Amino acid sequence: MPETIKVDHQTARLLVVDDEAVVRTSLSRWFEEDGYQVAAASDAAEALRFLQLQQFDLALVDIRMPGMDGMELQERLRQVCPDLLVIIITAFGSVDTAVQALKQGAFDYVTKPVDPDHLSHIVKNALAQRKLTEDKSRLESEVSRLASSGEFKGESDGARKVKELVTTAAPTDTTVMIRGESGTGKELVARALHMGSPRRYFPFIPLNCGGFTDSLLESELFGHEKGAFTGAHYRRKGKLELADGGTLFLDEVGNVSIKMQMDLLRVLESKQFVRVGGTRTVEVDFRTICATNRDLEAAMRSGEFREDLYYRLNVFVINVPPLRERREDVSMLAQHFLSEYARATNKPVESIDTDAMHCMMEYRWPGNVRELENAIERAVVVCPSRSIRIDDLPEDIRHSPDHPDDLSLESMEKRHMADVLRRTGGNVTRAAAILGINRVTLYNKIRKYSLR
Amino acid sequence: MGPILIVAVGRVHPGGLTALAHRLHTLLRTPVSETIPDIDPQSAFDPSRQQYRSDLLLELIADRAPADGKVLGVVSHDLFIPVLTYVFGEAELGGRAAVVSTFRLHNELYGLEADAVLLHERLVKEAMHELGHTVGLLHCYTPGCVMQPSSHTDLVDVKSEMFCRNCALQVGLEPLPTSPVQ
Ligand SMILES: [Zn+2]
Ligand SMILES: [Zn+2]
Repeated sequence: MPETIKVDHQTARLLVVDDEAVVRTSLSRWFEEDGYQVAAASDAAEALRFLQLQQFDLALVDIRMPGMDGMELQERLRQVCPDLLVIIITAFGSVDTAVQALKQGAFDYVTKPVDPDHLSHIVKNALAQRKLTEDKSRLESEVSRLASSGEFKGESDGARKVKELVTTAAPTDTTVMIRGESGTGKELVARALHMGSPRRYFPFIPLNCGGFTDSLLESELFGHEKGAFTGAHYRRKGKLELADGGTLFLDEVGNVSIKMQMDLLRVLESKQFVRVGGTRTVEVDFRTICATNRDLEAAMRSGEFREDLYYRLNVFVINVPPLRERREDVSMLAQHFLSEYARATNKPVESIDTDAMHCMMEYRWPGNVRELENAIERAVVVCPSRSIRIDDLPEDIRHSPDHPDDLSLESMEKRHMADVLRRTGGNVTRAAAILGINRVTLYNKIRKYSLR
Repeated sequence: MGPILIVAVGRVHPGGLTALAHRLHTLLRTPVSETIPDIDPQSAFDPSRQQYRSDLLLELIADRAPADGKVLGVVSHDLFIPVLTYVFGEAELGGRAAVVSTFRLHNELYGLEADAVLLHERLVKEAMHELGHTVGLLHCYTPGCVMQPSSHTDLVDVKSEMFCRNCALQVGLEPLPTSPVQ
C-alpha cells in the first residue's frame, strides 16, 4: 500500500513536461501540496534545459507534444540522465504508444484523466523503488571499497598463486584453511574470500582462538544467557550467531584446546549449538574459514589436534608465503604503506631512498608484511624529510644480517623469539617453555615486536 | 489566519454553509462570514466531462478574499483538474483562495443512506484541509491530522477536523488540547 512506503518528499524533485499550461500548473500545484519540489517545462527543449541546470528524480512526460514528441524526448532523457524515472502521460486510447514507452525504459504510464489515488501511488512507488536501487548500489560500492582497502597485495609468483586460489575458492561455500607464518596477511586472504562470495552482504566475523581460556572461548563462540555465570548480566550473542548468513573466520585455530576442539567440530558439522547457560538450540548458517601458523600435521601426530577436526577444516588449503620468499613484493608493499600512512598522518613523505630500500630488501622480515607495515608507519612518523632514509628505519632492519654482532640485545631477542615461534609452528605455550618465560610475557613480546 | 469569507458557487444548501461557518470559527478562532450566492460558475464548466474545473473556480473567487484573509468557495458540483479524474477541492498554496465540493462527500453517491451529520463533518474537514493549504501547509501524515491527503470518503472519515500540533504551530495557531500529535 502506498501509505506504508516512506518517501522523503522534501528531497524528491519532479519535472512535469506538458505543452498545456493548465496541465502544468494543476499538476505542479497538486504535487507541491504533497511536499514535492516541482518544476514544469512546456516542451522537450525546455525540459532538457532544466535537466542541465538541476537534478530531478522523476519526470512526468506527456507523450504527444509539438516539436519533439514524448517518445523522442524519453530517448533523449535517457541519454542525458539515465537515472531519471520517467512516467509517461498518454491520452485515452493511445495505449500502444504507452507500451512502446515502457519498452524504451519508462517506469510506467498513466492515461489522462488519471485517478488521483493511482497517480500518487505510481509516483510514490517509483521513488521508493529507486531508493531501494540506490541503497543497493551504495551498499555495493561500500563493499567494493572495503574489499580493495584491505587487499592482499603483491605481484610475485607467490602472491599471484594466493590470489588465484582466492578467486577459485571465493564463490564456493567450501571450508578454507589458510596457512602461513604470522603477519603474512592471512586475515586479508580470509576477507578476500568473504568479499568474493555470495555471502559478502552478510557479516565477516573474525575470532582469534589463541589467547582465550576454554570458558572464555566458549562464551565468545556460543554466546551466553543472562545469569549463565558471574558477570553475565545480559544475554550476549556469540560469534557463531553474529556470523549467521556470513563468514566465520577462526584465526589461530591450531591453538584451540582438545576439549574445545570437540565442541567446535560439533558446531561446524551441525551448524547448531546451545548458548552457555541456555536450553534452546540455535541454528545458524555460516561459511568457515580458518587460519593457522602451526604445524597441524605434527600436532595431530602428537595427539594435540583432533584428526576429525583436521579433516573437517583442511578442505581447501591456501598457503601464504612468508615475505622473505617473495622479496620482489617488498618495494611495492613499502610504497603502498608509505602513501597510506603519509595520508593518514598528513605528512609530505613521498619516497624511500635507495639505501633504505636496499636495506629492506635484504632484511629477513620474521614478522612478515605486518612487520613491514609497522616499520613504514614508524618511519613516516620519525622521518624529517620528504624521503625515508636508512636512519628512519627500526634498528634491527638497519643492521644487515652480515653483521650480527652489531645487533642490540633487543634485536637479538626479537630475532630469537621469531625463530623459536617459527620452529614451534606458532605454539605459544611450547615456545614459552623453550624460551623459559611465561606465556603472558611471550604474548607481550609478540605484540611489541609485531611477531604476528 | 485572518478573516474567512465563505462564498457559495452555484446552488448550495444555505443551512449547510451556516453550520460550516460556525464550526470553522470555533476551530480557527477567526471571524467567518458568508455571502449571498452571486457567482456564476458557468465559465468553469466542462461540458464534455460534466464537471467544473477547480483551477478556474479559484480564479473566479480569488478577488473576493477579505483583506489579510481567505476566501473559501463551496460548490455542489463535481470538480476536476485536467489530468485527474476528480478532486475534492483545490487551493492556492500559500495564496488567498480555496474551493471545496460537496459532490463526492454525500453518502448517497456510494449507494448509502443520506447522513446530514456525516456530510457536515466531511465538509468541515475538507474546508479545513484546503484552508490549511492557503496558509502554506503541505500534506501531513500524522494520524488524525486534517492535512492528511484524502481522495476517498473513508480516508476523510478517519482523520479529525483539526490540524495536528505540528501543523497548528507551523501556522501560528495555538494547538487545542485535542489536537492530534505524532
Ligand atoms: Zn491537500
Ligand atoms: Zn499535521
